[in-house]
Amino acid sequence: MTKGSRFRNFAIGSPMLWIAVFVVVPYLIVVLFSFLTRDPQGIVSWTLTLENYREIFSPVFLKVCRNSLVLALGTTALTLLLAYPFAYILTRIDENIRRFLLVLMIIPFWTSSLIRTYALIILFKANGLLNTFLLSTGLISEPLSILYTETAVFIGLVYTLLPFMILPLYASLLKLDRRFMEAARDLGATSRHVFFHIVLPLTLPGIIAGSTMVFLPALGLFYIPDLLGGARSMLIGNFIKNQFLTTGHWPLGSAASVVLTMLMVMLLVWFFISTRRAHSGDMEAVR
Amino acid sequence: MKKVFQSAYLAFIFLFLYIPIIVLVVYSFNTSRFSTNWQGFTLDWYRVLFTDGPLMEAFANSLIIALSSSTIATVLGTLGAFAFYRYRFLGRRVMYSFVYVLMMSPDIVMGISLLMFFITIGLSVGATTLLLAHVTFCLPFVMVTVYARISGFDRHIIDVAKDLGASELQMFRHVMLPMLMPAIIAGWLLSFTLSLDDVIVSFFTTGPSFEILPLKIYSMVRLGIKPEINALSAVMFLVSLLTVTIAHFFFAKENK
Repeated sequence: MTKGSRFRNFAIGSPMLWIAVFVVVPYLIVVLFSFLTRDPQGIVSWTLTLENYREIFSPVFLKVCRNSLVLALGTTALTLLLAYPFAYILTRIDENIRRFLLVLMIIPFWTSSLIRTYALIILFKANGLLNTFLLSTGLISEPLSILYTETAVFIGLVYTLLPFMILPLYASLLKLDRRFMEAARDLGATSRHVFFHIVLPLTLPGIIAGSTMVFLPALGLFYIPDLLGGARSMLIGNFIKNQFLTTGHWPLGSAASVVLTMLMVMLLVWFFISTRRAHSGDMEAVR
Repeated sequence: MKKVFQSAYLAFIFLFLYIPIIVLVVYSFNTSRFSTNWQGFTLDWYRVLFTDGPLMEAFANSLIIALSSSTIATVLGTLGAFAFYRYRFLGRRVMYSFVYVLMMSPDIVMGISLLMFFITIGLSVGATTLLLAHVTFCLPFVMVTVYARISGFDRHIIDVAKDLGASELQMFRHVMLPMLMPAIIAGWLLSFTLSLDDVIVSFFTTGPSFEILPLKIYSMVRLGIKPEINALSAVMFLVSLLTVTIAHFFFAKENK
């Protein structure tokens, strides 16, 4: 064997082997467990069943999920609403200021979500800064109890995940070719038309990427409700965690993970289709 | 008028993102233990923090894991990005999409899948399993960062190196590596932060025998607020700040 091909095999082999052993095999184990039966004595017994999936799609469990899904959808919607104009304005700002603002935007993205969640606790406490401030302005007469409510969890999710919406949107708005908008305006389109028929379709990949990066963690970030919300506000992530750590129902936890993964794959497929469409849109417009 | 409105909106979002962090940092210097009132400047909480044995041990553990996992992930990820660019092999496309799936996949699913895997092969959770897990979730981020840069290269560079008689290894070492260095460093820094900050995957892949900082903070915060956690959080924020600044320097260099 020549030295070149030995290096080739090494370069291909080592990372691929790592992914095969530590990603593919573990995922297959999850899928396998999701079809097994729970064994009160051990962990599982080797009887194949669809019972876990039936349980997941049962009304009782869907009720648990609904809370989490509504919270995740709400978080996605609000972060999108906050981030889109922000990213848009940012792309139109003077280059020198933008450089600085870009760094300011990336810092929270790189800061631990746990620490950012903790910072919210300090702000929300009954004798915390928010209440002290609101009381002193006279806006409220009694301290608000935000901490350990669903609202706190919602604000916590929006706060921690907002940077994950901003970055993909910013990247996709930056790529937007201004000439399309100018051309449309020259042809007499109103601002609303330009936005809904040009800007929005061309930045759809960024919207989907950002939504995926917010929606999926919003279902899974179990420490946010653990720290900010009482026992009532449970995410799918808390449910999965409990199956493994408290209830010991591994097959059910596995089935929930499989469903979550399928959800992610569907979002990714949607992302790739929309990216292709946005690009073919480019070509048509150029022609 | 429009300009004013736009600037106000930018300021509003930045304030939303930064006020909690700034409050946290300011409070880490507050003398008062419980009250929100400002009762004077102190460095006591930092002193408490740096003399807290278990906490410092968890911090050291976190650093060891972050340094080693990001280094391993960077080596593997750089090789992987190069392999995707240079070679055609069986399963290349499947693996390539797998890297993206891996990057987006919910932490909790990765955490429990690795937990089940380690239990299946009879490895008890601790430092080793934590290291393996961290390399695994950092790997796709390095691959994507390095691949983004390598895919912009002119393929003729490789031909030139080969024509001049370089072996694959020589071409990789003397041509590719120097050109890829900014992306490799950026990928390493990203991995380092990801590893240092991770809660969810670590939660499932380490045990009481090997405690790391985020999990320690998590269990402390669940028991209530302590001023030394404010100090600790401020330190960790400073680490992120430094990493971003260094990474930005390399990204900026790369874009020139």
